[in-house]
Amino acid sequence: MSSPSPLSSIFSNGIGKENPTLRLLLGMCPTIAVSLAVSNGIGMGLAATFVLVGSNLCVSLLRKATPNEIRIPVFIVVIATFVTVVDLVMNAYLPQLHQVLGVFVPLIVVNCIILARAEAFASKNGPLASIVDGLGMGAGFTFALVLLSAIREPLGTGIILAAPDLGFEGIRLFSKEYAAAIVTQPVGGFISLGLLIGAVNLLAERGKGRAGRRGSQSPQGGCH
Amino acid sequence: MAESTLIVSPAPHIRSGVTTPALMRDVVISLIPACAAGVYFFGARALVSLAAAIVGTVGAEYILERITGRPVTIGDWSAVVTGVLLAMVLPPHVPWWILVLSGFFTIGVVKLLFGGLGFNVFNPALAGRAFAVAAWSALANSGYIWPAGAEAAHWVQGFDAVSTATPLTLLKMGEIGGIPMTRFYAPLFFGNVAGSLGETSALALLVGAAYLLWREHISLRIPLTYIGTVAVITSLYGHDPLFHILSGGLILGAFFMATDYVTSPMNPKGQTIFAIGCGVLTALIRIFGGYPEGVCYSILIMNAAVPLIDRFARPKRFGEVKARGQNA
Repeated sequence: MSSPSPLSSIFSNGIGKENPTLRLLLGMCPTIAVSLAVSNGIGMGLAATFVLVGSNLCVSLLRKATPNEIRIPVFIVVIATFVTVVDLVMNAYLPQLHQVLGVFVPLIVVNCIILARAEAFASKNGPLASIVDGLGMGAGFTFALVLLSAIREPLGTGIILAAPDLGFEGIRLFSKEYAAAIVTQPVGGFISLGLLIGAVNLLAERGKGRAGRRGSQSPQGGCH
Repeated sequence: MAESTLIVSPAPHIRSGVTTPALMRDVVISLIPACAAGVYFFGARALVSLAAAIVGTVGAEYILERITGRPVTIGDWSAVVTGVLLAMVLPPHVPWWILVLSGFFTIGVVKLLFGGLGFNVFNPALAGRAFAVAAWSALANSGYIWPAGAEAAHWVQGFDAVSTATPLTLLKMGEIGGIPMTRFYAPLFFGNVAGSLGETSALALLVGAAYLLWREHISLRIPLTYIGTVAVITSLYGHDPLFHILSGGLILGAFFMATDYVTSPMNPKGQTIFAIGCGVLTALIRIFGGYPEGVCYSILIMNAAVPLIDRFARPKRFGEVKARGQNA
């Protein structure tokens, strides 16, 4: 990101070309763990988005004052601050969601999407661009979580859109005895995510072939 | 032009003339006795199971290969074999839609996603069973029934509440046990006990295995090593080894699953290691594990180890000398 690009393309970059979950394969651990219900996916996605925007803004504002040697501890302190805010707010207002997401809320601290954006984007760009980047990446993460949850929740439980915090029991699509419990287990999570990423790659290839422009942006490796 | 018609391949260059369809047809023929025994003991419902599984596997292969624009390979009979084996390793009264969906999973995820026949890491039928049991455990496990006139009550006095317990479940629950268990040998050998559709009749399975041996499609190395290992370990732990050999899916798994060309090691040394591993895992799961039966998971686990075993058991090149002071 040497040359300043328009904010709209920074935003859409996070949803499409560099979607953290579906293209960069970052943050697999929370993805597999929380994508059991669409409401969990939205909750986790919004929590991560809030932290991303906040940490990107602070890291960007502090980027001139941060010594290069200790930049990672600085990022972590900033990120941990926002995670604590999210953790306490969620515990206060959405207790059931907080209980379901469990340890994965505090673990946002070490979510590599957030650290990656701090390192790769916010520490090199201005505050406004960093906020937009955080929003885009957060939206991409949320989008991927919702997509995966929308596959796993109905297949695994027969219900969709269950949201205990809102007092909504969800829409039952079919009887529980037909629900494939394996989809709610990590095995099913990995298989569903693999098929989803395959489908996204297929669509991306087709889209590229149709447009016939832009260099190929192959997905890079991920972490946990 | 000439380059594309030249096929360069490593030795051996002798071709046996046995084609995949002919081999697979022989496997189907060898499974007929066990399927017939399943239909005889569990009723016509077993035919529905077999049909549903075959529809699932062959249908999945046809549909998915059409969608992805690959050559349709249902003519090589391998999907039929997978379907028959899938039905045989699941209980006879599993709902038909579970068989169809497991057939789709088996072909779609376990076979075609890995590259089709010859590239699958796991035995498709067993992976399909593992999928069905993990996905719909209550429905799948309640599908066991006892053949008419051979209820569990005949085995265990005052134990008629559980109609779906297989002999191995009864053993796990401590309802039967001790040495020797001779009164169970005959029903287990002929097959009028509860169990998966195609696993109960040792006699019918051995007839089919004999056919495969006669046609020289399988050798005795893996089955005998596998069964022998189970016998040794179970007797070491004070169980009746013959009961363990005859009950559950051991004979079916040892002769028809562990010998699968694609998912077993390539040379004799590796095959022996593979079979011993299967036997150890099966015996340990049966004796100490949470499940009554361990054939399915032990073969799947050893399938995953096959590339490692193949590397370890790589034959020495001709003329290769072991360097002095170096072990390996």
